[in-house]
Amino acid sequence: MVRTVSDFILEMRGITKTFPGVKALENVNLQVKEGEIHALCGENGAGKSTLMKVLSGVYPHGSYEGDILFKGEVCEFKDIKQSESLGIVIIHQELALIPYLSIAENIFLGNEQTKRGIINWNETTVKTRELLATVGLKESPNTHVISIGVGKQQLVEIAKALSKQVKLLILDEPTAALNEDDSENLLNLILELKKQGISSIIISHKLNEIEKIADSITILRDGKTIQTLDMQEDQVTEDVIIKGMVGRDLTHRYPERVPNIGEKIFEVQNWQVDHPEQEGRKMLDNINIHIQRGEIVGVAGLMGAGRTELAMSIFGKSYGKNIQGKLLLHGREIQLNDISTAIQHGIAYVTEDRKDYGLVLIDDIKRNISLANLGKLSRRGVINESEEVLVAEEYRQKLKIKTPSILQKTVNLSGGNQQKVVLSKWIYAQPEILILDEPTRGIDVGAKYEIYSIVNQLADEGKGILFISSELPELLGMCDRIYVMSEGRITGEVNREDATQEVLMKSMTRGRG
Amino acid sequence: MHTISELFKKNIRQYGMNIALVFKKNIRQYGMIIALVFITILFQILTDGILLKPLNVTNLILQNSYILVLAIGMVLVIITGHIDLSVGSIAAFIGALSAIMMVEMQLPPFLAVIIALGVGALIGAWQGFWIAYVRIPAFIVTLAGMLLFRGLTMIILGGQSIAPFPNSFQKISSGFLPDWFGGEGIHILTIVLGVILSLLVIWKEWKERKTQIKYNFETAPMWIFIAKVASLVAVVNVFTYVLATYKGIPNILVILFVLIVIYSFVMNRMIAGRHIYALGGNEKAAKLSGVKTKKVTFWVFVNMGAMAALSGLIFAARLNSATPKAGTNFELDAIAACFIGGASASGGIGTVIGAIIGGLVMGVMNNGMSLIGLGVDWQQGIKGLVLLLAVAFDIYNKSKTN
Repeated sequence: MVRTVSDFILEMRGITKTFPGVKALENVNLQVKEGEIHALCGENGAGKSTLMKVLSGVYPHGSYEGDILFKGEVCEFKDIKQSESLGIVIIHQELALIPYLSIAENIFLGNEQTKRGIINWNETTVKTRELLATVGLKESPNTHVISIGVGKQQLVEIAKALSKQVKLLILDEPTAALNEDDSENLLNLILELKKQGISSIIISHKLNEIEKIADSITILRDGKTIQTLDMQEDQVTEDVIIKGMVGRDLTHRYPERVPNIGEKIFEVQNWQVDHPEQEGRKMLDNINIHIQRGEIVGVAGLMGAGRTELAMSIFGKSYGKNIQGKLLLHGREIQLNDISTAIQHGIAYVTEDRKDYGLVLIDDIKRNISLANLGKLSRRGVINESEEVLVAEEYRQKLKIKTPSILQKTVNLSGGNQQKVVLSKWIYAQPEILILDEPTRGIDVGAKYEIYSIVNQLADEGKGILFISSELPELLGMCDRIYVMSEGRITGEVNREDATQEVLMKSMTRGRG
Repeated sequence: MHTISELFKKNIRQYGMNIALVFKKNIRQYGMIIALVFITILFQILTDGILLKPLNVTNLILQNSYILVLAIGMVLVIITGHIDLSVGSIAAFIGALSAIMMVEMQLPPFLAVIIALGVGALIGAWQGFWIAYVRIPAFIVTLAGMLLFRGLTMIILGGQSIAPFPNSFQKISSGFLPDWFGGEGIHILTIVLGVILSLLVIWKEWKERKTQIKYNFETAPMWIFIAKVASLVAVVNVFTYVLATYKGIPNILVILFVLIVIYSFVMNRMIAGRHIYALGGNEKAAKLSGVKTKKVTFWVFVNMGAMAALSGLIFAARLNSATPKAGTNFELDAIAACFIGGASASGGIGTVIGAIIGGLVMGVMNNGMSLIGLGVDWQQGIKGLVLLLAVAFDIYNKSKTN
């Protein structure tokens, strides 16, 4: 074993990893100091996840070039088990918990507390209680994971990592699915763990979070290390990070647009929706909103405020029961009893969850783009496939979908490009009203800008846009008018000029009273 | 601004690259064709040339027709991500029902066949209702159907076989196209049909090439095009020649051919087919894109019911009797054919042609193993291993491309 003296807990030196035809990582260096929180930033596809897979042994030693030194010792991991045994634990973006097992069973899954091969449940429970206390989760160890929210599930994942004597905790987009409160909690927990001497690597697109908790930062771009900075000494700001990530100054995070707002085209009146399973539980109550031609209307709200439920209940009643109220398109009442009727009336809904609800991942780009408007491509039910190729090519160019071919399966695209495919599908459906639900979630800064430009262009073409987002700066930067929702009701309506984060936040946290 | 055609010229090179990609993607199907050819040659040698004798080729078609019909319906079910275990029992039930209508009630065969297909579709609708609208897993609904319709078969037959069927009904499975040209020793109509089919193949390929050129898509070099068309024409004509030296084209082959053409067209070129694939690939996304997922699922099972009925009729006609044990294990053969032919158990992937090739692989093996005198015990075991290996090969391929 080679030993070198250093204060780094982890050093990755000259890591190069190639896939057939692509150099995913090229001579990447990453140095994490003992006991620090190290942020890893970069656009989607910059190589962050690949680097972490190399580190954890998902890509075993020999499949990459370069050295990994953990606590000064050269490591050659063959699989995750080996890296975990040294205390390197990854928590992936998509949580790896088993829904119908209890918290305790999940925490000790694969690491069961046994005596002669028989599980010692008492010890399991006691240890789980200790771990839950450490992460500040007040739940019984016997609670099924499915019955707790995403925020708490994230804490269970961390407890699981702690049970493995973690020395270096890697968090991949830990707050992507969390609301503000839960995010805050989680970040504080990471700071708490730091005090106990646990180092962390945090991958995040949320630059404000990085600014808040990270001690140093490494920026990757196109599979290369751009720079490693000390947050304090180098006075790192969001702008510095963005510049490093995209390789240019992004003076405007939101593209310029002169709104050209016309008449009222869509209106929702006295909208009421009950929970689909729980009898009599009102999820949306007395919602009145409208959208004008060429207008981008924001919808702000905390998680659970009912924004997605509102969008889906409008979109062909795809959510909820006992739906009451009126929908008016150009002043005429319309009934949207199923999704295809909604599409025919010119309503489109870009879902929050691209992978589960937006794309057929095993199908190619072309088939995904045409799916919602096959009628336009066909005569008597027979699809004109040549025309379909032309359409897909057109959107690939128009929306700058980065792919070698429209025959590429969408599962192989990055988040930003997947979102562009979903947008293409809905633009091709030629809607008048476009409902966008968290259109930039999990997308890197550069691609976000492109998505914003597309949205602006759609508004300029005279479409009405309902823009649902959890990121307040995004709403402020993009929208002409913003509705605020809380507990299933509209608690505020703010014009662009009057909107500030404080104003919105006040309405967002307004309860039923 | 680029015009579309400029845009294409820019991308032509990329489309060229895609030919390799397309081949890689379809390696599963080419692989299956290669496997089919290999198995055929193997048994041709092992059986001293009996396998491809005109009589045996005709037999092969007759023996496997009812499984192939089921496989066409089954591959749709599997693409939607479901399964149907009841088709063997439905086939038996419809066979029994048709016997009662034709033998006991003396209904004209034509009418009886129409009613039987209608009842099959109704049975499919019954199962489709529970699966699509009540959302009970297809495995359970059709397992219940398997027991239910086997039971009903035994009830209406009273445990007895019913025979014989009217002559005209038997012709479905045992008849051949008449030779209008009155050939001696060789069935001239069959040869003529082979030539007509060849012309159709040439016309269709040429038309496709012209469309590709019209839209400025990458086309294969002329010599590859000619080689491809020539080999297709050769296969068609050798096949019809072999059949012509025996009794010509069996009626059942005409039915099968029409079904394959129609279903391939629907699955590849029509909205309905696209919706079935999308539903199987991601039900939620398909639904939110306007696909009426429940309706599609429902109709796929209605279709399966009708196909199972057709299969039952073909089998009854071939056996010239309706028996309580008819159709046993048909569902397993049909499901195996789909999976050998490249369908994915998780849905969204599979083709009609693939299922047919998978069915033929099984059929040639059955026939070949019987010819060389291998017992049923060995046949079962070997078929099981082939199924496992085919799917293992599939999964290995997928992991390699990812």
